[in-house]
Amino acid sequence: MSVKTETMYLNMGPQHPSTHGVLRIGLEIDGEVVIKGTPDIGYLHRGMEKIAESSTYIKYVVMLDRTDYPCALTNEMAYILPVEKLLGCEVPARAQFIRTITMELNRIASHLLFFGTFGVDMGAITPINYAFRERELILDLLDDLSGQRLLYHYFRIGGVYRDLPQGWTERAMKFVKWMRDRLVEYDRLLSTNAIFIDRLRGVGIVSREDALAWGFTGPNMRASGVKFDLRKDEPYCAYQGLDFEVPTGKHGDCLDRYTMRMEEMYESTRIIEQAIAKLPEGEIRTKVPMRVKLPKGEWYGRVAGARGEHGCYIVSDGGASPYRLKIRAPSFSNLQILEKMLVGCKIADVVAIIGSVDISLGDVDR
Amino acid sequence: MLYNLFATAYDWWCALGEKLSLPQALVSGIGMLAVCVVVLAFMLVLCLFLVYLERKVAGHIQHRYGPMRVGPHGVFQTVADAIKILMKEDIVPRKADYLLHLISPGIVFLACFMAFLILPFGERLQVKDLDIGILYVFAVSSFAVIGIVLAGWSSNNKWSMLGGMRAAAQMVSYEVPLVLSLLVVVMYTGSLRLGAIVQYQQDNSWFVFTVPGLIGFVIYLIAATAEVNRTPFDLPESESELVGGYNTEYSGMKFALFFLAEFLNMFIAAAIGATFFLGGWDLFDLAYLHGTAAFLIKTLGIVLLLMWFRWTFPRLRVDRLMEFGWKFLLPVAFANILLAGFIIKWGEIVN
Repeated sequence: MSVKTETMYLNMGPQHPSTHGVLRIGLEIDGEVVIKGTPDIGYLHRGMEKIAESSTYIKYVVMLDRTDYPCALTNEMAYILPVEKLLGCEVPARAQFIRTITMELNRIASHLLFFGTFGVDMGAITPINYAFRERELILDLLDDLSGQRLLYHYFRIGGVYRDLPQGWTERAMKFVKWMRDRLVEYDRLLSTNAIFIDRLRGVGIVSREDALAWGFTGPNMRASGVKFDLRKDEPYCAYQGLDFEVPTGKHGDCLDRYTMRMEEMYESTRIIEQAIAKLPEGEIRTKVPMRVKLPKGEWYGRVAGARGEHGCYIVSDGGASPYRLKIRAPSFSNLQILEKMLVGCKIADVVAIIGSVDISLGDVDR
Repeated sequence: MLYNLFATAYDWWCALGEKLSLPQALVSGIGMLAVCVVVLAFMLVLCLFLVYLERKVAGHIQHRYGPMRVGPHGVFQTVADAIKILMKEDIVPRKADYLLHLISPGIVFLACFMAFLILPFGERLQVKDLDIGILYVFAVSSFAVIGIVLAGWSSNNKWSMLGGMRAAAQMVSYEVPLVLSLLVVVMYTGSLRLGAIVQYQQDNSWFVFTVPGLIGFVIYLIAATAEVNRTPFDLPESESELVGGYNTEYSGMKFALFFLAEFLNMFIAAAIGATFFLGGWDLFDLAYLHGTAAFLIKTLGIVLLLMWFRWTFPRLRVDRLMEFGWKFLLPVAFANILLAGFIIKWGEIVN
């Protein structure tokens, strides 16, 4: 006897605890197995790119914090990089080092957010409390520099906003030491948990070819075995002389993507340590004209954000504001393969996959 | 002794009824009602305490304090929460099956209440020491599945239904190793009566100190965690996947009943574990701890262990859960029964 069965359409999000904001996924499920999942984005669209056209080059930096808000400083950098190059600014070495240090701190903060929320996705509610305890220390450090906890607007064209306050480097070094011990603790709590590994091993596999073809960047791409890091392969700021590893995975599954971020946090602490040791004295900003005007043309600048490649494509018609500005959002590109990854997995895996790709909806929708 | 108080009061009432030559049905009816009220009151107070305990334990595990504002160290927090939840509006989704939506929390809570009636808190502090005690516990706690499935179905919400289906699959499959793990104890004692089981452990040793008993205890703990839907087996209401699972569409007092039942079920599971494997009200013959205090200490010990699990472990995936239950736990439970059988027979041959 054959029974006629129907698949069920399940609307996941935009109000769902595990879509990390306002992602909506239309799931077609057969029991617990997903047949098709269609991501639907745009709930957080704020027209960032259009705003640029009516803003000036200097004023627009503040908007960029609002795209990938958990990792705001790399957003600013991706935009400032081409602008500085075109203006021909000689950015002082001290500013470059401060930028490096703050960006790495921000990267750790962003990965901590990932660690905590990913734990919650997996049903472990405790890690987020630890992650936020450490994240708070970073936010305090960055708060002392910029006066903001999350959306710093600390980088300026030609340098940074303020010099480091007294005793800041010592506090940062203290944090680095503290953070390393906590990373060991995290591994004991979550990374080595048998249930956790069992949930993630072999789930949401992205092959090396797929990762390249679908535009995966950052830790996600490295988890699939592509050894590429803009900090290493196309150095900017002060990354040139610093010694750090680029962790790469083998399988490209959720567990690898998780491990990449945990290892990157450790590498970031190494970068911060070295950068603070090498921190030169001197100016923190060069003079730039009050009205920045870029020559006619098109430029692209990119940096390694916490989620992947942050890029800014600027089209200038010679005026004081960009003719067109395109933000290459890493989360948006990383989300593209989701539809392919979701086929055949369980509902619980959907949560694991979305969590492991670590999207930030502010970045996806812009 | 305090724990004799209730039994004495009941005897006194029966005697009084006889003296006043009241009809037998009336006397026992009022007596039972009084017992129900006492048990219910105890359950509710226990719930308040357990919820507070869980929040405090969670808080301290998570590097924070937990409730601190209402009363000293927040002890009245759950009371305030209870008052709040009592006054909440009862929302029923428009397309829900109203009747089923209404009764399903009741069924879940009733199952809990019925199981409470035979928990042996002390030698005489037990509402009824049934001859088929443990069978009764499983019979009534299987009720809860019906309530949860109905809740999932009647809410007319896909997430709820998924939660209900998961609950049914999980609770039915973990009931088997759960019963099998307790069967070992029954093989030793030759009785299903909870009082007899504790008595046996008093005369010999706690079952947790025997090899099959220890294996049985571990199986029991795992299966019981799954049975009461707590992390790492909290799939039916996994909030990060299924929003709220079967209780997504519940609010106010109906939600509270599910919530209370969850905590009471945990207590029942711990109490049965303490009775079967940790010697119930027996505590190394320490006279001053003899009885209810010993029982409560052991039960709360297991409860704390379950809470520790909850705030440490991530959640299993649904297919791995089934695999673990059927392919690992069940064979081990069967092997354990065989082992116990051999040991018992060996003992008989030697003697």
